[in-house]
Amino acid sequence: MKDWKNVWILAEVSRGKLSPTAYELLNAGRALADALGEKLCAVLLGKNVKKFAADLFEHGADVVYVCDAPQLENYIDDVYAKTLAGMIKQYKPNKFLLPATNMGRSLSAKTAIFAGTGLTADATEVLINKEDGQLHATRPTFGGNLMATITCAHTRPEMCSLRPMSYAKAERTLGRSGEVVEFAFNEQDFTSLAKFLKFIKSEGEGLDLSEAEVIVAGGRGLGKPEGFALLEKLAKRLGGAVAASRAPVDSGWVEYRRQIGLTGRTVKPKLYIACGISGQIQHMAGCSGADVIVAINKDPQAPIMKLAHYAVQGDLYEVVPAMLEALEK
Amino acid sequence: MHILACVKQTPKSDNVKIDPATGCLIRSGAESAMNPFDEYALEEAVTLKEQVGGTVSVITMGPPAAENVLRDSIARGADKVYQLGDMAFAGSDTWSTSYALSKGVEKINAGQKVDLIICGKQTNDSDTGHIGPQISAWLGIPNAAFVRRVVEVGENSITVERLTEDGTEVLQLPYPCVISVVKEISNPRVRSVKGRMAAKRAEVVKWTADDIGADKTKLGVKNCPTRVVKSFAPKRDSNAVEVEGANGKEKAAKLVELLKENKYI
Repeated sequence: MKDWKNVWILAEVSRGKLSPTAYELLNAGRALADALGEKLCAVLLGKNVKKFAADLFEHGADVVYVCDAPQLENYIDDVYAKTLAGMIKQYKPNKFLLPATNMGRSLSAKTAIFAGTGLTADATEVLINKEDGQLHATRPTFGGNLMATITCAHTRPEMCSLRPMSYAKAERTLGRSGEVVEFAFNEQDFTSLAKFLKFIKSEGEGLDLSEAEVIVAGGRGLGKPEGFALLEKLAKRLGGAVAASRAPVDSGWVEYRRQIGLTGRTVKPKLYIACGISGQIQHMAGCSGADVIVAINKDPQAPIMKLAHYAVQGDLYEVVPAMLEALEK
Repeated sequence: MHILACVKQTPKSDNVKIDPATGCLIRSGAESAMNPFDEYALEEAVTLKEQVGGTVSVITMGPPAAENVLRDSIARGADKVYQLGDMAFAGSDTWSTSYALSKGVEKINAGQKVDLIICGKQTNDSDTGHIGPQISAWLGIPNAAFVRRVVEVGENSITVERLTEDGTEVLQLPYPCVISVVKEISNPRVRSVKGRMAAKRAEVVKWTADDIGADKTKLGVKNCPTRVVKSFAPKRDSNAVEVEGANGKEKAAKLVELLKENKYI
């Protein structure tokens, strides 16, 4: 296994934009590379993606592997996974971090089989074990009720998808540069039976939840769909996004993509304001990673009043407008 | 059309308790049921069968008691059920589990070729979401994850919408293929009386590792690539600060002050 060297990260590009997860992975990967005394390398896959290399160097990459081809314009699991597995076979990375985004979770899973190696899903912390240099990836399981540390001792690369917003973004050093390596792809890997037909942008206005540093979420306690307009105001004022617990989604007040929790999405904002949410374990599984949780609830006995960092007992229809007022001062 | 749903028996999410001292799962008294995400997968399989005709098969890998989720699948509208059970499978990670399931699919194919495999988005116990994409990798067939809607079931292909962080992508996958579905795809139905009766009588086909021709060096806790080396209860400080004030307005002002002071806003 001595031939397997360096720490790789996948710099996800989607619809011509570099995902902010790339900077988080560079930050996490830098610590791993330094602990091993190896290089930190980023992988770019897509159409017209080479231009992002300079940005990746400035955020800590020593080498950027590029596979730039028109056939990679849209994400098709087969095509991306075969190409990545081909790159792994040729360059033999030691560790490989991918973003646990929708694309990254699916892609990492398929690639691990093609590359014949183990994968840890949705980790929130990655470390190098000093004794043997192995990757120790720690992740929440059972909907966040249990943490598990997972290793992959005998195959390389040790692969891991890392939950978005688990790590801060790498700092930028202007003018820092590195080496670009263009992958001589095999065009056969680009053939898939699957066809990408089109992309439809989300109807919902506003910031994507995975990128929001502030999330204002509403639950059953809102009592009516119009309550979300109020939460929207607060979210806007704080530069954040609106989300929901399961009840309002099941009632059709909010679209499913905004549901936080076990059956919805997991988020890790700096600030999570839960309005009229009781705090069932299934909901908390999706938001317990927030730096700070504020609960606004009429019921002092609601579980969330103990799970939150700040508990405000009161009517959200009184508290939220008063918060907006206080924020104006 | 032959649709295969993959299901897993998992602890009911409500009943999961962790021993704070050992960090281990307290399994005694914990009820098991079908992984909630798989309910959506199975419901979609049955719905598609009702639209275009065909057969719904269900496969699981697990200990003898996992037979219960297969009987439950019959009650929910499945036609045939298959259980992969063998000590050789015990402790498998997703790499090994998906391998075993893919061998099970090949064995089912020998009887009646599977056109569409539907998995839940993830399980509620290990939350990986790996199995759908990984079965497709072993079988060398196309897949899509985070599928929220089936747009069209054609003669030779299926058109689906999958969720991305910023919207929806529409993909066309020819059969055979694998989709992993999110909750939005369906509303699991109530089990019918007829279904419950059928569930009691149904034959559960049971296969060992040898029956499906699986390479045992790829199976089980000793052979799978990943291993859990430590588990512990997450740190959770329940030192909630109660924000005080005479009324909602005062509390709101105090909260904003606290958040500003601590630089959260």
